Amino acid sequence: MPVPEKLEFFVDPGRCIGCQSCIQACTECDTHKGQSMIQLDFIDRAGSTQTVPVVCMHCDSPTCAEVCPADAIKRTEDGVVQTARKPRCIACNNCVLACPFGVPKMSTKMNLMMKCDMCYDRTSVGLKPMCASVCPSQALAFGTREEMARLRPNAKPINTFQFGAQTIRTKVNVMVPKDGPDEHVDVTAAMYEPAIGHDILDDVFGEEQS
Amino acid sequence: MSRPTSTPGVPVPELDLETIREFGPFRAYATDLRVDTGVEPDKYVKTHCCFCGQQCGLQLKVKDNTVIGVEPWYEFPFNRGMLCPKGVKRYLQQAHPDRLLHAYERAPDATAGFRPLGYDEAVRKVAAAIERIQRDHGQDAFAVLSGASLTTEKTYLMGKFAHMCLRTANIDYNGRLCMVSAGAGNKKAFGIDRAANPWSDILGAEVVLVAGANVAECAPITTNYIWQAREHGAKVIVADPRITPIARTCDLFLPVKPGRDTALFSGILHLMIENDWLDRDFIERCTVGFEPVAESVRQWTPRRTAEVTGIAEKTIRQAAEWWGQAKTSFLMHARGIEHHSHGVQNVLSAINIVLASGRIGRESCGYATITGQANGQGGREHGQKCDQLPGGRDLGNPEHRAFVANVWGMDPDELPQPGVDAYEIMRKAHSGEIKGLLSICFNPVVSLPDNNFVREALSKLDFFVAIDFFMSETARYADIVLPGSLQEEDEGTVTQVEGRIVRINKAVEPPGDARPDWQIIQDIARTLGRSEGLTFAGPEQIFEELRAASRGGVNDYSGVTYERVEDNFGVFWPCPDETPEGVPLPGPQGTLRLFEPGSWNPIAKGTGAFYFPDGKARFNVTPYHGPAEDVDNEYPIILTTGRVVSQFLSGNQTRRIGPLVDHYPEPKCELHPRLASRLGIREGDWVTVESRRGCCTVRAAVVSTIRPDTVFLPYHWGGRKSANQLTIAAQDPISKIPEYKVCAVRVRKVDEPPEYAAVLEPQQ
Repeated sequence: MPVPEKLEFFVDPGRCIGCQSCIQACTECDTHKGQSMIQLDFIDRAGSTQTVPVVCMHCDSPTCAEVCPADAIKRTEDGVVQTARKPRCIACNNCVLACPFGVPKMSTKMNLMMKCDMCYDRTSVGLKPMCASVCPSQALAFGTREEMARLRPNAKPINTFQFGAQTIRTKVNVMVPKDGPDEHVDVTAAMYEPAIGHDILDDVFGEEQS
Repeated sequence: MSRPTSTPGVPVPELDLETIREFGPFRAYATDLRVDTGVEPDKYVKTHCCFCGQQCGLQLKVKDNTVIGVEPWYEFPFNRGMLCPKGVKRYLQQAHPDRLLHAYERAPDATAGFRPLGYDEAVRKVAAAIERIQRDHGQDAFAVLSGASLTTEKTYLMGKFAHMCLRTANIDYNGRLCMVSAGAGNKKAFGIDRAANPWSDILGAEVVLVAGANVAECAPITTNYIWQAREHGAKVIVADPRITPIARTCDLFLPVKPGRDTALFSGILHLMIENDWLDRDFIERCTVGFEPVAESVRQWTPRRTAEVTGIAEKTIRQAAEWWGQAKTSFLMHARGIEHHSHGVQNVLSAINIVLASGRIGRESCGYATITGQANGQGGREHGQKCDQLPGGRDLGNPEHRAFVANVWGMDPDELPQPGVDAYEIMRKAHSGEIKGLLSICFNPVVSLPDNNFVREALSKLDFFVAIDFFMSETARYADIVLPGSLQEEDEGTVTQVEGRIVRINKAVEPPGDARPDWQIIQDIARTLGRSEGLTFAGPEQIFEELRAASRGGVNDYSGVTYERVEDNFGVFWPCPDETPEGVPLPGPQGTLRLFEPGSWNPIAKGTGAFYFPDGKARFNVTPYHGPAEDVDNEYPIILTTGRVVSQFLSGNQTRRIGPLVDHYPEPKCELHPRLASRLGIREGDWVTVESRRGCCTVRAAVVSTIRPDTVFLPYHWGGRKSANQLTIAAQDPISKIPEYKVCAVRVRKVDEPPEYAAVLEPQQ
């Protein structure tokens, strides 16, 4: 069964509290028990508690699949990009290096690239993925666009990203401020900006207050 | 191996290496059945998390008497499937290699200090020791310490066991470390001790004020309620010495200096009065005591408030403006303002700004303390507190004594008088006045302040029996350890943060000689030959008696049944089964919101919504006092303690769950870069944090998310990693809560790693 078309995945890093519930829940997924396919990192712990969860974005034209010499990575009809197929994967690491979001992981133990398949066993029967089910801040959320519009009136979902010259459309959405500019996020530009929140937080404990 | 002791004056406990080798804590990871894909569980058991007071609904997946995983329970309305990492991985505590499968007895000749013992023989030894100590030294010489992670049925039983079977005045519980400041404050201001509102009232608030609550790490599910309020325009104000994850994106951050919360709230009330941001009609009709409070906060000008709290004047003004002018609001606080030698004053000063606003007892107008332990609410209601009887009744009140004695079938004069608090029990053990102790669901060697003193106190006992499922740091001091039950091995109810009673369902059988705690207690009573009133066949029968014992009290459970709880996703107390003519019974879900205009309660009897004879809430004058131990030249830095998201309380469970340990393996000392640079400390350096009571050496985390005059240590670890070696046993005079949130320390860089680093695993 395909993932119901109306149900979509939304990521809102602004809500993330770094609790790692998503990581713990990901290791409970029946297809890769004990291993998490999610990365969650502090942006700059010295300056902020900001964390960002990264799940597979499930690209329309997945770079990981495009660079795979063994044609091991398949995208299902409903747009979910699957873990490499065991019989085909040659563990060459091309996908790991090429993915603009840094998602696929090489399991050296299994000689296999593994990545998030959006809990296909759950989502294909209408259930939420484990990570978006448990996320206590709903930084990871799974539902309809209408629900999201109702619950988060100040944000809008985007799913087009600019990596240098490469434009990528994804099945997974990222929530951004509604009144912000409607341009695509240029990730390479952000690499040269100060970390989120850092300059704001530096001043909170000013000398005169301590 | 001899009983582990610490020499007075020598602050560092021994490492207990052999005991740790035998009993852990070791880290469990999913193996076998738990990682096999495609395993179909035998059953899914709808129950709740075993950890914090949010009591998230979840389903345990059970196969062959093993909990193999967790499945979200989407229908449970409080958390709708959401869980924190502890809830996701809690199942790994079951079928754990460290699990106690037998009773144990202290054995100086055994390598690990203990040898297994038959259950019946262990119970006989416990009964004999109780008999001997009470005969030789009086009934009060045997004390009981209980816990608020137990089901309400068990906490009721513990109170009855102490008061009716042992007839000792000395029973108290670990909520003394947790909920008592909030409880005392709520009783003084409202006459009732429960969150005033269901969490759904957060959603419509215009201002959410979070004071001293690391919501994202200690009550993670509440995060989504706050974020959701903000999506619809709420301003979020956070008062905390650290920029916790919930504070990171708040609208206004009040970086309050630890121990100065009363000053902050008084300063806000000062501005509310100055600007007439008051609900004068509500103050007039529904409260008493406003004038003296108004007079007392006159001195709390913004300038003075800023000086004392360390918060910029303009920030205080902004907070007062938003709070003062909001149409709806929700104020929540937790241990950050409560863990103080003036914790009750802090709570009352927070309540004062709620009462002055008139925003309580209505939709989207709320106030609550966030409970810590699983049954932080229910566990403080039915008689295991040192001065309490079931139904929130008072042990010192003759009418209350007569009522409960009648339910129990005993002479009220035979009920003991109120006893002393948990820390005082330790002092009495230390001085020799208390000779024997039974402890359940409590790990004071890790969780009480100045725990080198606690270790000494336990070492001096003639006899100590601990009931536990793991060999906790405290159980290592016991003469007999009895194998109790995990939450998933028994059934019952707990009352979560909103005052909602929920059902804990049994998923698996206790292993080996382990058995449900209520059976163990009744076995001891029977062996003592004092089984009267302690012959329950199971938790539901205990609950039925609890209903009767609480009938007519403030904490009235009489209308609650297991069936009603299950049919309604929980029932909010008060929920009486009888009311006077003309007063409607609560709906199927009980009383969701307290203090609604026109509501009836058994104290006010219709005169008003609050639980006093005149039905009016109380303003309380809250003089500001600084912390018991302020900084000085010798100890110039403030230490504050708290929790991390992946660990829970003393860590007796969570330090045995591998994936949670890996998230945050060992305690770190958080300090601001400016302080670090002054002390020559860099990220990852070993640092020794030292107070007048003890010291501990951990790695430094240099972060600008903490006040530069304050360092933070999480307290989940035992032995030489324990933050509570440093904390001070100063207590609030009313609530007796210890001052975990402020003491004076000095910090220095050390070049060598501590001794423990080479021999202990991170969680040990």
